[in-house]
Amino acid sequence: MDLRYSDSELKFRAGLHDWLADVLPKLPPPPDASDWPARRSYDTKWQRMLYDAGYAGIDWPTDGGGRGASPVEQLIYLEELERAHAPYVGVNFVGLLHAGPTIAVEGIAEQRSKFLPPILRGEEVWCQGFSEPGAGSDLAALRTRAVRDGDDYVVSGSKIWTSHAEVADFCELLVRTGPEGERHRGITWLAMQMDSPGIEFRPLRTIAGSTEFGQLFLDQVRIPAANRLGEEGDGWRVAMVTLSFERGTAFVGEVLQSMELLSSLGELARRSGAWSDPEIRRRTGEIGAELDALWALARRNISNAARTGVPGIGGSVYKLGLSEARQRLADLGMDLVGRAGLAWDELEGRDGSGVLGNAEIVGTWVHSLSRTIAAGTSQIQRNIIAERILGLPK
Amino acid sequence: MDFELSDEEAALADSVRGLCASRFPLERLQEIATSASEPPVERAAEPSAPDVLDTVGWEALASSGVFSLQVPETEGGVGLGMAPATVVFEELGRALVPGPLVASHLAARLGVPPLGDAAEGKLLVGSLRPFLPTGPDSLSPLLVPHLPSLGALVITSEDGLRLIDPAALDATRVRRSLDPLTPMWLVDSLPEGDPVGVPGDAACWLRDESILTGALLVGLAAKCVDMAVSYAKEREQFGRPIGAFQAVKHICADMLVRAEVARVSVQCAGLTVDQPDVGDADRAAAGAALLAAEAAVKNAKACIQVHGGMGFTWEVPAHLFLMRARVLAESIAHRSELSELVADRY
Repeated sequence: MDLRYSDSELKFRAGLHDWLADVLPKLPPPPDASDWPARRSYDTKWQRMLYDAGYAGIDWPTDGGGRGASPVEQLIYLEELERAHAPYVGVNFVGLLHAGPTIAVEGIAEQRSKFLPPILRGEEVWCQGFSEPGAGSDLAALRTRAVRDGDDYVVSGSKIWTSHAEVADFCELLVRTGPEGERHRGITWLAMQMDSPGIEFRPLRTIAGSTEFGQLFLDQVRIPAANRLGEEGDGWRVAMVTLSFERGTAFVGEVLQSMELLSSLGELARRSGAWSDPEIRRRTGEIGAELDALWALARRNISNAARTGVPGIGGSVYKLGLSEARQRLADLGMDLVGRAGLAWDELEGRDGSGVLGNAEIVGTWVHSLSRTIAAGTSQIQRNIIAERILGLPK
Repeated sequence: MDFELSDEEAALADSVRGLCASRFPLERLQEIATSASEPPVERAAEPSAPDVLDTVGWEALASSGVFSLQVPETEGGVGLGMAPATVVFEELGRALVPGPLVASHLAARLGVPPLGDAAEGKLLVGSLRPFLPTGPDSLSPLLVPHLPSLGALVITSEDGLRLIDPAALDATRVRRSLDPLTPMWLVDSLPEGDPVGVPGDAACWLRDESILTGALLVGLAAKCVDMAVSYAKEREQFGRPIGAFQAVKHICADMLVRAEVARVSVQCAGLTVDQPDVGDADRAAAGAALLAAEAAVKNAKACIQVHGGMGFTWEVPAHLFLMRARVLAESIAHRSELSELVADRY
């Protein structure tokens, strides 16, 4: 075990640190959260800046436009971006952290060179089409049908929880190619071009009032068979690789952001006098210990990925722990901000020393409710841990 | 940056696990626990009743390097750091090995006469935290575990370590101790003792005691996962193994999460002591001890729950893990102190 970084890793970190310090102050302010075209433009421009500076696709293969570096450098990259408050990955989430890494591992050379470089250059945005109205936690029950017709698949069905679909160019899609009623076998992974005829999108409004995801309706959409990742019928295995990236590495920034939020809650509590309450200090310390441990666990998962190529099943342990710690953190925040937490506008404190940070706290609290649901509910994570790590019977 | 065990660390863990399996099989510890606890009343009538450690085989641990692990090679030790020590102590915890393991290890590392003799197992060293002036401990009489076996007792006051000769203490054996493998002696009063070591030693001792006790607790927590899972696979009700039911599965999954989070936290704390530029070792140590104590106590209780009625019997060893977890959690700073330490440094 060794927590120190090598000289070349330290050099990489220092170079990135300096570059961020130079460019971040010059960035324009981010657009309104509800303006999706503006958000796409902002997020992809930022991605293009990263690409031009050589900071895109750190651990992606070089034939996909990446740097071919180790997962440890990818971790350093995510850490430095988070610590410098660089723009969030935003609409590039699925492309950079989900579909992209899966294509990097599972794609053939033509697919890697076709799909990966446009993601890294900020030219193509991806969305996810896994869940269906009738296939949520039971993902293997999915029914969206793909029928082979010459060089194409013809796809009909519906997908749900598809984030930023209205501004996406491609969708990573799970479809059923095998007989009706088959479960894990008979599922196939396809890349669907979003401007194909037959796609309709209806946004869903979240409890945060935002429209970050919605439902896709697919009617006889033609997808070239060349856009299939892996073999026909092997899509479940490919999807599990995708989900291991999601659970293992995609949320690395969130633990660091949570640690920073906890520090600022400590400052708020000292400012308001709530710090004199031992219960507040103890809750802060308990959450702090958990976040420190989860940051260590994220690094352990990366070490594991560095040896095996994909993040291990430890991602479920991390995801479950982080989701619940995040909710406890948000609850502490709401208790500390008091009645100002009833407003979602940023408010000034009555002590005259500036804003309270209530808007971020309220936002974190509301969004934290999705953490134990999205990317596999906590109950599903427990099933995965019990069945696949502990070997308990299905 | 690599969190995986090195080959050397993995070999060390294997050798300690092998030693524990041959010298301290759980069945044997259960037998010792049984004879130490029954019949409790007659036994307590003998003030000179022996400590359980007489029958345990302490020298085997010493010869495997458990106590000399952090003693420099130039002084005849193994010359490793805290992180490998956490790997070893996790194995000792998993095997439920009783005795003042942490204090003897830290005393050997201190290397000051006569404590250096602890490295070869010639001297068992106990440690005692001074009581806080307020809170539950302010009412508790002085309890010292394994007193007759101890060759030295270190009082770990924050302003410095002090050494006491246990033989000079006026003590009576407690009739029944919570953990039958950790018998307690009641001590009327403690002498002042003689200062030992240099001023910085006390802070190091307290920090490293939290980490290594945390490692023992992680071992307990992890073993409880194994016991619960193996029972859930074999015990059938409603025509299926109980582990096929989500109500039981989720208990087991939560146990694993607690054990894994605590383990990585303890290992990270050990690494932070060895490599001070990677973080705040005091914050890491307090957080690790906090999570490890919680994992061990909650996992031991969950292990009893998964075993159902059998879990409440003496026959299933889950109770020994629960009681040991309480003993170890009381040997370090309280939950409230640990959490406030983390909060102050966040």
